[in-house]
Amino acid sequence: MTFEYAPAPESRAVVDIAPSYGLFIDGEFTEAADGKVFKTVSPANEEVLSEVAQAGAQDVDRAVRAARKAFEKWSALPGAERAKYLFRIARIIQERSRELAVLESLDNGKPIRESRDSDLPLVAAHFFYYAGWADKLGHAGYGANPRPLGVAGQVIPWNFPLLMLAWKIAPALACGNTVVLKPAETTPLSALFFADICRQAGLPKGVVNILTGDGTTGAELVAHPDVNKVAFTGSTEVGKAIARTVAGTDKKLTLELGGKAANIVFDDAPVDQAVEGIVNGIFFNQGHVCCAGSRLLVQESVQDELLDALKRRMATLRVGDPLDKNTDIGAINSAEQLARIKSLAEAGEQEGAERWAPACELPDSGYWFAPTLFTGVTQAHRIAREEIFGPVLSVLTFRTPEEAVEKANNTPYGLSAGIWTEKGSRSLWMAGKLRAGIVWSNTFNKFDPASPFGGYKESGFGREGGRHGLEAYLDV
Amino acid sequence: MSDRLSVLKTYKLYVGGKFPRSESGRVYEVTDSKDKWLANAPMSSRKDARDAVVAARKAFGGWSGATAYNRGQILYRVAEMLEGRREQFVAEVADAEGLSKSKAGAVVDAAIDRWVWYAGWSDKVAQIAGSANPVAGPYFNLSTPEPTGVVAVLAPQDSSFLGLVSVIAPAIVTGNTVVVTTSKKSPLPALSLGEVLATSDLPGGVVNILSGRTAELAGPLAAHQDVNAIDLAGAAGDAELATALETAAADNLKRVLRPQAVDWAADPGTERLLAFLETKTVWHPMGV
Repeated sequence: MTFEYAPAPESRAVVDIAPSYGLFIDGEFTEAADGKVFKTVSPANEEVLSEVAQAGAQDVDRAVRAARKAFEKWSALPGAERAKYLFRIARIIQERSRELAVLESLDNGKPIRESRDSDLPLVAAHFFYYAGWADKLGHAGYGANPRPLGVAGQVIPWNFPLLMLAWKIAPALACGNTVVLKPAETTPLSALFFADICRQAGLPKGVVNILTGDGTTGAELVAHPDVNKVAFTGSTEVGKAIARTVAGTDKKLTLELGGKAANIVFDDAPVDQAVEGIVNGIFFNQGHVCCAGSRLLVQESVQDELLDALKRRMATLRVGDPLDKNTDIGAINSAEQLARIKSLAEAGEQEGAERWAPACELPDSGYWFAPTLFTGVTQAHRIAREEIFGPVLSVLTFRTPEEAVEKANNTPYGLSAGIWTEKGSRSLWMAGKLRAGIVWSNTFNKFDPASPFGGYKESGFGREGGRHGLEAYLDV
Repeated sequence: MSDRLSVLKTYKLYVGGKFPRSESGRVYEVTDSKDKWLANAPMSSRKDARDAVVAARKAFGGWSGATAYNRGQILYRVAEMLEGRREQFVAEVADAEGLSKSKAGAVVDAAIDRWVWYAGWSDKVAQIAGSANPVAGPYFNLSTPEPTGVVAVLAPQDSSFLGLVSVIAPAIVTGNTVVVTTSKKSPLPALSLGEVLATSDLPGGVVNILSGRTAELAGPLAAHQDVNAIDLAGAAGDAELATALETAAADNLKRVLRPQAVDWAADPGTERLLAFLETKTVWHPMGV
């Protein structure tokens, strides 16, 4: 007999969401100049969580001016003092991490297990890591006295709302910049809670400004003439538009864009570990991960054995309530994203790939997609070329290591890759040949504030994390 | 004064290790600072630019895969070969830039020394730009710099030789391959450099040299989907062109080094060296 899991929901009571939120400008919550608002919903059941202000051009200007004014004092503070503010923020994040994890799962749809055990610890760790750099910038390899750039305009995506905020704000503040950050339209709440953390930490007014809104708000921010640095994480298409916008200006630009990572499994890889890595690579955060291992390249001789094991494992994945502690796969972030995943999966079938998904019951309301596997995929198929950004894995095969390299690199993207082999020399050889910014060997989707992250080719430029991440926020 | 008529040189492009004429069949007149005719230079076309990119891409695997030690040896070899042909370059630079023999000599010496400086960087850049990352977990985690790929370089207009060397050497020492457009007005030192590179053990295609109108060649290079980065040094002073090129470069997210005021005689620092590098981070679990 099999034992059924009893529901194990995390309590919502730890988080108190206000019915409406304003923009956070110059240390105050304020309404949008034209009074526009939009609703943010829980993708798991379409419940309206709150109403937030939609920032327009006037609000962007006001926020940039506040950041400019704050820059003078903030950049003149001794690094050690800036460090202490960042340490305070890191500590408050740790204190409030349960609240923030529940909030993030509500607004984003990701499983509480991931927001609690992965996102929030990393968010705090990023602030701790960059806090320590604030008074050591002269030792970072960018000259004896590197200077901040000024006002940073930052636009972040919905897949890891608070983590992406940490990746952007922590190094910017450590280097002495002030920021205007726009969270994604579908996941604005954790950034607004972060504004409250800035208040608790006593951060000077105007150092961090949060503008909620959609793509038009982001475009206004990026184009604002008094922004010195633009940082964007999101789609390659928008990244290209931003690169065009800043062309001919002296704005410094970093872009973290899409990916279509190959996860390469050799015949000598330990099957169970590889299967865990594949599952983590593509089903972590519903596949809403730019570095997701969305193309499985498996050596032909072990294809059957590996796929059998993978299907067995996929059948145990639990899809459902993000706030249930046993949930592996939560909700798709928005109706729009669900439509995109569905349309690409249909294209996969139409182009002749074979679709498989374990039997699983999906909730009636909200946005859901079962973990899905495509076999018989060729390099020409759309599901092998386009970023799906959902729990959909395409399986291709190879015979020789050279063929694996060629297929892995056959994409305009170059963000990440995975290698599964017990042979060290082969693993290092492959790692050298892959045109990707992050190579996970016998592991996948590992992140750390000390480890530089970023892509080659059309996955963007610049690195976040580590000593390398400082360069984006210094005048070097 | 002898009656002997000197033999003039037909200047040609340097593409894929060979010396082709422009496929367009066009040339343009190159004069010295007093408007005296010096030579006809090839007026490269967009097709030449495309051929050069193909050659640079073909050379990338071998050059980026060579050991850093080997690349350093070859850059130093370029300096050796230039030293032997110093007088030729002094004369060409003097003509090109209207300098006295002694001033042109100083420029050529500085250019030779620049090859030596960058040669020494080949096996050191990974040590200053890479890192071992102390992640919070049982993982070996290392970041190393790697070349970006094919780099289009618009050589400076005003410094026909020292400026040219200052933009080529840092791009190739780390394993990139380049397509360089010469100074429009003064292409001859650059075209002669091709002859030096061809005899310096530098694999064909690592450096490809095109003379002609910068604006005509730069457009196709900035828009080319198989070019990974572009150095806009040669567009300095033409903000409209630089903006158009940077905009075109966004189509495949090329790395763009924007034009800036540069004193080519000054210590170059590491900016150009680091501008055409990617950082690759490799993770591996540790345990027994």
